Amino acid sequence: MSFFYATLKRELLLVFRHRSDIINPLAFFLMVAVLFPLGVSPDPTFLSEVASGVIWVAALLACLLSVDGIFRSDYEDGSLEQMLISSESLWAIVTAKVITHWIVSGFFLALISPLVAMMFFLPEPAYPSLIASLLLGTPTLSLMGAIGSALTVGLRKGGVLISLLVLPLYIPVLIFGAGTVQAGAMGLPIQGYLALLAAILVFSLMLAPIAIVAALKISVRS
Amino acid sequence: MLLEVKDLFCERDERILFKRFSMQVKAGEVVQIIGQNGSGKTTLLRILCGLSDAYEGEIFWQDQLINDVRHAYYQAMLYVGHLAGVKGILTAEENLQWMVQLDSSLNKCSIAKALKLVGLYGFEDVPCHSLSAGQQRRVGLARLYLSNAPLWILDEPFTALDKKGVAEKEAFIAEHVSAGGSVILTTHHDLSIPKQIIRPINLDEMAR
Amino acid sequence: MKVSMPRWFYQLASPRWFYSFTGKLLPWFGLATLVFLSVGLVWGLVFAPADYQQGNSFRIIYIHVPSSILAQSCYMLMAISGAIGLIWKMKIAHIIAQVCAPIGASIAVMSLATGAIWGKPTWGAWWVWDARLTAMLVLLFLYIGVIALHAAFENKASADKAAAILALVGLVNIPIIKYSVEWWNTLHQGATFTITEKPAMPPEMWIPLLIMVLGFYCFFSVVLMGHARVELLEREKRSDWVKQLIERY
Repeated sequence: MSFFYATLKRELLLVFRHRSDIINPLAFFLMVAVLFPLGVSPDPTFLSEVASGVIWVAALLACLLSVDGIFRSDYEDGSLEQMLISSESLWAIVTAKVITHWIVSGFFLALISPLVAMMFFLPEPAYPSLIASLLLGTPTLSLMGAIGSALTVGLRKGGVLISLLVLPLYIPVLIFGAGTVQAGAMGLPIQGYLALLAAILVFSLMLAPIAIVAALKISVRS
Repeated sequence: MLLEVKDLFCERDERILFKRFSMQVKAGEVVQIIGQNGSGKTTLLRILCGLSDAYEGEIFWQDQLINDVRHAYYQAMLYVGHLAGVKGILTAEENLQWMVQLDSSLNKCSIAKALKLVGLYGFEDVPCHSLSAGQQRRVGLARLYLSNAPLWILDEPFTALDKKGVAEKEAFIAEHVSAGGSVILTTHHDLSIPKQIIRPINLDEMAR
Repeated sequence: MKVSMPRWFYQLASPRWFYSFTGKLLPWFGLATLVFLSVGLVWGLVFAPADYQQGNSFRIIYIHVPSSILAQSCYMLMAISGAIGLIWKMKIAHIIAQVCAPIGASIAVMSLATGAIWGKPTWGAWWVWDARLTAMLVLLFLYIGVIALHAAFENKASADKAAAILALVGLVNIPIIKYSVEWWNTLHQGATFTITEKPAMPPEMWIPLLIMVLGFYCFFSVVLMGHARVELLEREKRSDWVKQLIERY
């Protein structure tokens, strides 16, 4: 366990020393969201209708943007090799890395999401459902994204490929996440939706690390 | 017998690198792998330390297959590859603190001493990206001075080091070997270690 | 994770045995394909009665339904072969998984295309966000991901393993995706006319459909074996048995 905390500390240190890693996904999130009123219509009734979907799609893309970097720098500087031949558990490293990615691309994003919600005239009762759905849904995005990242880390051109691998897997989270916000906006109960998001999260927490560890071994040992 | 390779076969991109290749590493010797560029030196070292499984054949650690005793093997083995595993954004000390966490065979208490021994005294708090290539290499090699592992696998350990640095590392390798450890390394440079403890293995001869 | 398996399982693992065995099977499967597909098509397109609501346009069901079923089973086969390849380090299993991907993707495209053609007279639009069509589209995306990942690796052995992991991740996710898409569909569309929930079909309609499904499976086996044999020869081109084979011709 102390090894897990040491890894988490190192990962957080790496991120917080490199501030752009935190700011870039958030800025990207805001910009993507802004494109919709510009591209479609600034009409408040239209915007409040599509707000849930737009915010969720923008969050998903922001997560996807940063997911490529989860293992890339460790692969390039040789740290990943050392992790694979360490007697410590790779599982702890993977979990620490995914948690760090989630804090940057999910947690902070959920915190600034009300700003976008306001610009999209999302009805106020939907705000808690928006934040709750993002907090429960984005960890799954980080886990799934880490699978794609681990599979492509040894390849020179990871960027577009990773979106092809990961985006289909994001669909259920998008559907239930946006569904939560819609239900919240209509004043319907959202516990059921949150339970579904939580179930998907628990399921990915159990299985994704296995796939990530196996994928990392393949990427490094190839 | 620390490490034993039996009947190794490995091909890369339809070219056979090793065929019926066998070697043994005993305690108290330096095995120097020699060969032209592309002869498979790095591939061999990666296979030996478990970073490649694109081979056929058997590798034994103390008479047991390494795949069966991976955990014990990783604790008894130290690998320094082409890439030092050093994060530019962290200081030398922070880098080593993490490496010590990752590898339980490294001594946790003597990081400051190790940095001094590799000649980085006064640079502990400098982010590694502002160190020179040779200094960054030294950060990676500082692990040697922390290590309790009997087997060291070093891939071109002397690149980017100055003359004094090379001499110090060689002396330290000789010390490790005389204390009963063993080293497998690749280098193009003539080692100034007593000849009787070096056993050269030439891959160019093996492949034919 | 060593589990002992029956003898045929290990025989299948021998490339040479696989090659000669599939060589013997191929003509029989070819013949079965020919018989099933011609009987099924003629029966379905000519003799089966027209649908009382949709008229003759329903007859595309004889292509659409078999390809939809096949696209899904092909993914399952791909993922399971990939898993077998990962666990037992079996070359043949990886080859089957590799050739499954493009075949499965083309069948998924066929299912989507026939669905769209069917949609035009039924719904008046080429594309409708029907739950089954959408799920099929996502399945196509999953196939594309596996194909792209396999193609991105230079080393075949790593490509096989990576694609197998992705296929397995996809397999685990397919039920979740299907469920979420169906749920999304009911939320947004309400009760629409769905093409697959029809009143019970009379036997003169479903028997040819069954024959077509069998024919599609046989056709798939023929294509799969053919591609696998070619890939096998390509990968084993420097082995002695392939050299002997070439000398014989």
